[in-house]
Amino acid sequence: MALLAALALLALFPFAGTTFYTELVTKVMILAIFALSLDVLVGYTGLVSFGHAAFYGVGAYALGLLAPKYEAANLWLTLPAALAFAALSALVVGAFVVRVKGIYFIMVTLAFAQMFYFVFHDTKFGRGSDGISMNFKPVAAIGGFTPFDLANATHVYYFVLAAMLLVFVFLRVLLNSAFGRALQGIRSNEHRMRSLGYPVYWYKLASFTLAGALAGLAGYLSALQFGFVNPELLSWHQSGNVLLMLILGGTGSLYGAVAGAFVFVALQEIFSSVTTHWQLLLGGTIILLVIFLPGGLASLGGLFKRTVVGDPDDE
Amino acid sequence: MSDAILATRGLSRRFGGLMAVGDVALELHTGRLHAVLGPNGAGKTTLINLVSGDLPASAGSIHYKGEDITRYSPDRRSRIGIGRSYQKTNIFPGFTAFENCRLAAQSRAPRVLHVFADAAAYRPVCQAAERALDAAGLAARGDRVASTLSHGEQRQLEIAMVLATAPEVLLLDEPLAGMGAEEAQRMVALLKSLAREHAILLVEHDMDAVFAVADVITVMVNGQVLESGAPAQIHASPAVRRAYLGEDDTRDAAAAGATGSRKGP
Repeated sequence: MALLAALALLALFPFAGTTFYTELVTKVMILAIFALSLDVLVGYTGLVSFGHAAFYGVGAYALGLLAPKYEAANLWLTLPAALAFAALSALVVGAFVVRVKGIYFIMVTLAFAQMFYFVFHDTKFGRGSDGISMNFKPVAAIGGFTPFDLANATHVYYFVLAAMLLVFVFLRVLLNSAFGRALQGIRSNEHRMRSLGYPVYWYKLASFTLAGALAGLAGYLSALQFGFVNPELLSWHQSGNVLLMLILGGTGSLYGAVAGAFVFVALQEIFSSVTTHWQLLLGGTIILLVIFLPGGLASLGGLFKRTVVGDPDDE
Repeated sequence: MSDAILATRGLSRRFGGLMAVGDVALELHTGRLHAVLGPNGAGKTTLINLVSGDLPASAGSIHYKGEDITRYSPDRRSRIGIGRSYQKTNIFPGFTAFENCRLAAQSRAPRVLHVFADAAAYRPVCQAAERALDAAGLAARGDRVASTLSHGEQRQLEIAMVLATAPEVLLLDEPLAGMGAEEAQRMVALLKSLAREHAILLVEHDMDAVFAVADVITVMVNGQVLESGAPAQIHASPAVRRAYLGEDDTRDAAAAGATGSRKGP
C-alpha cells in the first residue's frame, strides 16, 4: 500500500514540482540506483566496498569520452558501452579484491578507486581535473524514430524513474534466484558455503561485477543529466556518501537503499539551507540514526509491527 | 586398499614446531563407520580438517576413488562427494532450517544462470532438502529460524545440511557434542543407518556411542595413530588402555571415564 503510494507520488511528481525539484528528484533516483548497486555487495554478499564510486565514474566517463564533439551521442549505443566498461573494470578489480576479507577488503577497494581517480585526474586521457563538458545531450533515436527527448528534464525524469524501477525489480528477482540466495549464504557464513561445495570466489566476483555494472548505469545517467563529468565522480567522498545512504536506509533491503538515497539528499538540502556548517548537522544526524536505529530506515516497518501491532513471530 | 573409497597416506600437519597430525594412514570404505578416538589435543579435528580440505596438509596424500585430491580446495572436495559436519555448529543462523538445507542441496544444482527463476520454486532441490531434514529428524522444524532451534536441534541441522549435499563420504566431527541423552540416542540410530550406504569418518568423545556404531576404530594420541582395528581389538589392546583408557582395565571404568569427558553444551 505504502509502496503504491510512493510509486504514484514519484510518477506524478513532475506535474506538481518546479523544474528545480524535478531535476533534484532525478538526481536522487540516480543515487538510488547507485545505492542499490552497492547494496548487492554490502547487504547481500557481505562485501563492504569503499571504492564503489570508481565504477560510477567509469560509467559517467564512458559517456563523456564516447560523445562526439560536434553531434549528439546515441543513447542506445553509449549506454550499453558504459555498462560494459563499468562491468569490465569491476571484473578486473574484483579478480584481485574479492580474495581479501573484512577491513582489508575496505582498504583495497579504496586503493583501487583512488587509482581510477588519478587516472582520470592526472592523464590526458581523462582530460584532467576539469573533466569533460558535453556539447550535446544524447539522443534516444532508433533509426529515424525518437521516443523521448533527453534534453527535456521531464523526459529525463521518467527515463531515470523507469531505470530505477527496472533495477529494483531485476535485483528483487535476482536475489530470490539460486544465484542470489547463494550470495546471501556467503554473507551469512562464507566458510560453510565453501564447505558445502560453493566456489565462493566466483560467486563474489560475479556479484562484484554486477554491482559495478549497475553503478556504471547510475554514473552514465548522472553524466546524461548534467552534461559533464569530472574526477570528483570517482572520489572517495562519493564512495563514502553512497555507503552512508545504505547505512541510513538499512543494508540488505532494496527499499532501504532507495529510502537512504532520498533521506540523505533531503537532509543535505535541508541542512545546507539552514547553515553553511550543514555537514556537522548531517554527520550528527547520521550518528544518532546509527545509535537509535541500527537497522536503518528499512527496520522501521518491522519495529512498527512489533511495537504497535504486536507480532512476536517476526525475527 | 584397493576397495577403499578414501585413503590417506603419511598424512601430516605441522603448526610451527608442533606435529598436530603425524603420518596418519587410514582407509574409509562404503558401508563402514570408521571412528577416531583420542584424548583432547590428539589431532582428531585436525585430521578431519585435512581430509575435508579446511587445512592444507604439510605432507602426505589423500586419494579419493583413486584420484589424488591432496591439493583440492574444500568446495571441490564437497562437490566430488566428501561432506563434513562441524564440531562447533556452523550453520546459517538467520535462515530457516529448511533454507539451510535447501542452500546445501542447491550446491549440487547451482543453476547460477537461472537468474529469473525463484530458487524456492525449484522442486528437485527443495525435495532433497526435505529428505535431509526428515532423515535428521527435523521434518517438523523446517520453518523455524535456525538460530532459534535448541542446541540439539542445531546439531541435527548440522548433519541434515551435510546429507542434503548427497555425499558418499561423511566426515563427522563430534555430532553428539552437547546433546541430551535422548537426542544422542536418536543420533546414534541415524549414524547406524547412514553407515549402511556411506563411508563415514567419525570423531567422537562419547565412547559408548563409538563402541555401539563403529566398524573400525583408530586411536590417536599426540597426533599419531596408536592403534587401529576392530572395536574388540581396540578394547583388548594393552597399549590403548595404558595410553588412553587409563591403567584400570575394566570396561565399566573406561566407559565411565569417557562419559565424563563428553562435552557439555
